[in-house]
Amino acid sequence: MTDGDRILTCEHVIVDYDGFKALNNCNFSVHYNELRVVIGPNGAGKTTLLDVICGKTPPTSGTIRFGDGINLVGKNAEDITKLGVGRKFQAPSIYSNLSVWQNLDLSVKRASKGVVPTLVGKSTPVERDRISEVLETIGLTAHAPDRAGSLSHGQKQWLEIGMVILQEPALLLVDEPVAGMSDKETEQTGQLLLRLAEQQAIVVIEHDMDFVRQIANIVTVLAEGTVICEGTVEHVQADEHVREIYLGRAKVAH
Amino acid sequence: MPEPIPAQQDRRVTLSFMVAGFIFLVVIPLLNVLPAEESWLHLSNFRLNQFGKFLAFAILALGLDLIWGYCGVLSLGQGVFFGLGAYCMGMYLALQIGSESVYGSELPDFMVWTQVKELPLFWYPFKSFWGGFLGALLVPMLFALVFGFLSFRSRIKGVYFAILTQALAFAAWLVFNRNETRLGGTNGLTDFKQLLDFRLSDPSTQRGLYIATVLALGAAYLLCRYIVASRAGNVLVAIRDSESRVTFSGYTPWRYKLFVFIVAAGLAGLAGMLYVPQVGIITPAQIGVLPSLEVVIWVAVGGRGTLIGAIVGAVAVNYGRSVLTNYFPEAWPFILGGLFVIVVTLFPDGLVGMLRKVRERLKTTPATPVSKAEEGGTAA
Repeated sequence: MTDGDRILTCEHVIVDYDGFKALNNCNFSVHYNELRVVIGPNGAGKTTLLDVICGKTPPTSGTIRFGDGINLVGKNAEDITKLGVGRKFQAPSIYSNLSVWQNLDLSVKRASKGVVPTLVGKSTPVERDRISEVLETIGLTAHAPDRAGSLSHGQKQWLEIGMVILQEPALLLVDEPVAGMSDKETEQTGQLLLRLAEQQAIVVIEHDMDFVRQIANIVTVLAEGTVICEGTVEHVQADEHVREIYLGRAKVAH
Repeated sequence: MPEPIPAQQDRRVTLSFMVAGFIFLVVIPLLNVLPAEESWLHLSNFRLNQFGKFLAFAILALGLDLIWGYCGVLSLGQGVFFGLGAYCMGMYLALQIGSESVYGSELPDFMVWTQVKELPLFWYPFKSFWGGFLGALLVPMLFALVFGFLSFRSRIKGVYFAILTQALAFAAWLVFNRNETRLGGTNGLTDFKQLLDFRLSDPSTQRGLYIATVLALGAAYLLCRYIVASRAGNVLVAIRDSESRVTFSGYTPWRYKLFVFIVAAGLAGLAGMLYVPQVGIITPAQIGVLPSLEVVIWVAVGGRGTLIGAIVGAVAVNYGRSVLTNYFPEAWPFILGGLFVIVVTLFPDGLVGMLRKVRERLKTTPATPVSKAEEGGTAA
């Protein structure tokens, strides 16, 4: 594939925490409308990778090109969000004391999110339809007026995914969405992500290999801050190097 | 699907607001004017004036509730903004004394005895009522703008912000205590005679000030309610619940904090401006660390994160103080401190939260989720 197909290209990204390199010369790219799964042992730098892309952590060096080649390095989180990168955190990060509807309403992509427009703004019918649509997608229609803090763990995760979708990101970064979910919830989350991948590029970090098999097309294996292998699930699991440093050590199911 | 708006609750709040307005604006002043002084129905001038003072404090509490109760940013320096408002109005009142002063000088008394020969330049705007009025609102807001910009912009939050504001309160107290500040030093500003053309000693003037305070409180409440009900109000709660999520939804949290901090400062200034003519004195003792902390207690006792809680807390705690200090003057600080500990540990939602729980228990129907979401919450 050519560069033109890529929504995200990270080149030689280094994140150095006082000598510890969380990302060490990491090269990573994602195509448009691709669902990419990133796996790797603990401390491999998976979450750090998402952090540098979305602007939470500034990289020590390297470039991160997004969309038409905009370099994200040096931009702050709000600007990167506006450019179209959405981030779903590992622990459910929602507004517990607002209703599910209000959570989604705050997340809708709008021309301005400054104080004054937000103070006087009312949601338009188009926005309300869009929120209803997303409620349907994430299966929380019946919970719209509920306090978000009263949802189950799995529902909170879906709510946050819904909030990120409403930002209409071109690239969605999802950090361990099924940790702590029941099997049924995991299955539903997989279907949700596959549906979403038809609209936008998604990068998912995951540990659960069954879940990875359910959703992954291409898997990237990260270890010690750098990409060591990339390919189909079968290809990655057959790789000697991967078995040695990841599957062998973490004892994850084959 | 329609946006879930608790319409019924909205109507009830509006109705309560009207009823409260009628009681405060009509019934209470009439109880002061109509019944004979011996009648048990009669509300003395002293009580009316005292109540007016409590309602001014309620405006101060509303501001803190916005920034702390809703946005989760604890400010221990609200007394400073209150003091700035109070001093601005106090300076106007001090200049109104004119030749009625003890020394018969056009200058305020304290300037005479501290050998100040000419009115300092910064006193000039306060020769007019509008100077005092606008100053009392704008000086605190401007100060909050600068202080808030510097701290929120540098992402100072949580306990660090609380400590910083406490240091601010202490610094302000020191500055206002100095004679060189030309604001009366430890003795502050007092001995006021008249406001516009009204004699402050006249009961009708005090009645007018009481009514002005009720109207100001009503306006402050409506302003806060508008903010809280708007999407920006939801952003404030969202900042309290998960600031990073707010950032990654495209909002800039520090701008919202700065906005609400400025609004709170303006309300504090308004409260200070109404306090001074009713109480007749403003000194540094009313603007330092302790008065700033007391505001926090009012809001915690009333129920933070609910506007009515801030008002109830301010009035209840101050009324409690006026009663209890009669009987146990020495013990009041301990009672206040104990009250704070009890409320924070046992009733984190304050009086209003407690009443709501009782009401929900009494209702046989299960609580609707909407009313739960409305309740605000305990997370700081």
